[in-house]
Amino acid sequence: MTSTTLPRARSRSRFAGSGSVLGLVPFTAYILLFLALPTVIAVGTGFFDGDGALTFDNITALGDPVLLATFGNSLWLSALTAVVGALVGALFCYALIGAKPTGVLRSVVDAASGVLAQFGGVMLAFAFVATIGIQGMITVLLRDRLGVDIFANGVWLYDVPGLILPYIYFQVPLMIITFSPALESLKPQWAEATAMLGGGIGSYWRHIGLPVLLPSFLGSLLLLFANAFSSFATAAALTSQGSQIVPLQIRSALTSETVLGHENLAGSLALGMIVVMVVVMTLYALLMRRTARWVR
Amino acid sequence: MLTKRLALAGTAVAAALALGLAGCSADASASGGSSTDGGSVDAATATNLDAFGGLEGLQEAAKAEGALNVIALPRDWANYGAVLDAFAEKYPEITINEATPDASSAEEIQAAENLAGQDTAPDVFDVGAAVALASTDQFAPYQVATWDEIPEALKEQSGLWTGDYGGYMAIGYDPDAVPEPTSLDDLLGADYKGKVAINGDPTQAGAAFAAVGLAAVQNGGSVDDFQPGIDFFGELQKAGNFVKIDPTPATIASGETPVVFDWDYLNVGYGKDLEGQRNWKVTILPGTGYAGYYNQAVNVDAPHPAAARLWQEFLYSDDAQNLWLAGGARPVRAEAMAEAGTIDEDLFKALPTVPGETVVPDADQAEAASTLLGEKWASAVQ
Repeated sequence: MTSTTLPRARSRSRFAGSGSVLGLVPFTAYILLFLALPTVIAVGTGFFDGDGALTFDNITALGDPVLLATFGNSLWLSALTAVVGALVGALFCYALIGAKPTGVLRSVVDAASGVLAQFGGVMLAFAFVATIGIQGMITVLLRDRLGVDIFANGVWLYDVPGLILPYIYFQVPLMIITFSPALESLKPQWAEATAMLGGGIGSYWRHIGLPVLLPSFLGSLLLLFANAFSSFATAAALTSQGSQIVPLQIRSALTSETVLGHENLAGSLALGMIVVMVVVMTLYALLMRRTARWVR
Repeated sequence: MLTKRLALAGTAVAAALALGLAGCSADASASGGSSTDGGSVDAATATNLDAFGGLEGLQEAAKAEGALNVIALPRDWANYGAVLDAFAEKYPEITINEATPDASSAEEIQAAENLAGQDTAPDVFDVGAAVALASTDQFAPYQVATWDEIPEALKEQSGLWTGDYGGYMAIGYDPDAVPEPTSLDDLLGADYKGKVAINGDPTQAGAAFAAVGLAAVQNGGSVDDFQPGIDFFGELQKAGNFVKIDPTPATIASGETPVVFDWDYLNVGYGKDLEGQRNWKVTILPGTGYAGYYNQAVNVDAPHPAAARLWQEFLYSDDAQNLWLAGGARPVRAEAMAEAGTIDEDLFKALPTVPGETVVPDADQAEAASTLLGEKWASAVQ
């Protein structure tokens, strides 16, 4: 990039008002170079075949039953862990309302959430293998002491259902981080005003608390969905068969040594993931428009 | 894209593998360039030692380059650690740079494409059959000095790729946890609940693909029809016996994967790794055996073309072939070396007994099988 140096004396008058635009240049350049461009290149590969000729085969391949099932798996897994994570996380936040914002409890919970929300990949997979794997501490304890075999019907930990627990493990702390500021915005005066006007706790939540919190709750829910939808490393370390979620299918398309020539399918799979996120974001925007009426 | 001129008929390979059969005769290799002194040779176009005026010329040229880039060579895979160390000891002037030991064959080729023209690109490849056949554009032809001793069926005629070592799909098991499996059906029994693993996903990894191939030929199928193999793993899943985690020495040590389908040399390697921690035995099921060879190739854009070729010469020397043998793999020159008396007899005898009949899928069969796996595997093992 070439930087233009402006003659100092005249910059004031001539370029008045463009200072704010100039200030945005580094950030915009960063976004374009490191986010937009790689995305366009990656998705673009989906429209070419191995020899660089234009083709729509990779896009039509998304209709393949195996890939559709994979998208289905990714969707329900992300939706389920997002909803459970959001509800549990919100309850945690609610329980913490009473704690002093600067108190020890709040600091500990915030710090722990910050760490655990980023705790994923091989470390998290290993933690689960070590605790509830076939020879895991808890598995063995249950088997030997209580005669309970948690894997009586097969080893579900290394299948898609086995991803639910690890995903919730990092979804809940992420919810706490993103949702607790919203709960703090509830003013005690509102509760007092409700009480003055003869409303109970139920009507307070119905008419004030929930409507005020709903946009932030939905926003956090969306973030959790995206977080699970794009998670790769935990699943890669835990499930080795069948590439049951989309990010694993992308890996398979890029690195398989037995099914060859599918590298460009990875681009169209990425496009499929982007389409899913756009649809979810659009739904969110429509919901927000509805809820915005209550939040002035 | 690829020319499928590969006559990997099962019988040919059985002949190559089985002991005591006469070696295949090979046509004399065409000699490449003229003999000149090592300094002014274009190593990148050399197709055999003649171009360098012999091994000394090649050694000089490789030492002048001073480095060798290898990729996807795990130190515990077929004794590769010892092979690398032996090369480093023999040629201390040449620095070996090891990149991503756990990469797949496909990733090796991608690395070469992505790093083309840079001095960090891989010089040499060690790839599975499917990738070797599909990536000939990325290879430079080279015929090692011992070219004639390599069975015809296991090399590309111009030397674009050459079989290096191979083995049988075998079952490794922990005798303290499970009884010895004597047939596929044994594995469906209650003794093996949540205990049977394969090395990776067959739609991604060659070793897992071979596990399904073995199950197919043992279960009434053939290399033309992998469906019975897929069906077997479907039943294994239904029985609750299939454990879907990638086996490593760590998972074997912890008891997470007490039964592992993998190449016999890798299973032997696991046993060596875990000596004193776990008992680990290796068995090749009676009946039809399933074999596979890996292949060497030189990168056409190798940043160190002479070192790449010296590495090839080293790998096909008696010393390195015996090192692979020490890792439980069957080196490609085993037969010729047995005849010449240069093979390590004790190690050779210690290999698991070979089954009566051996199959290896050819390129078309492998492609058909991988297409079938792509369609059927994920749903079969859910």
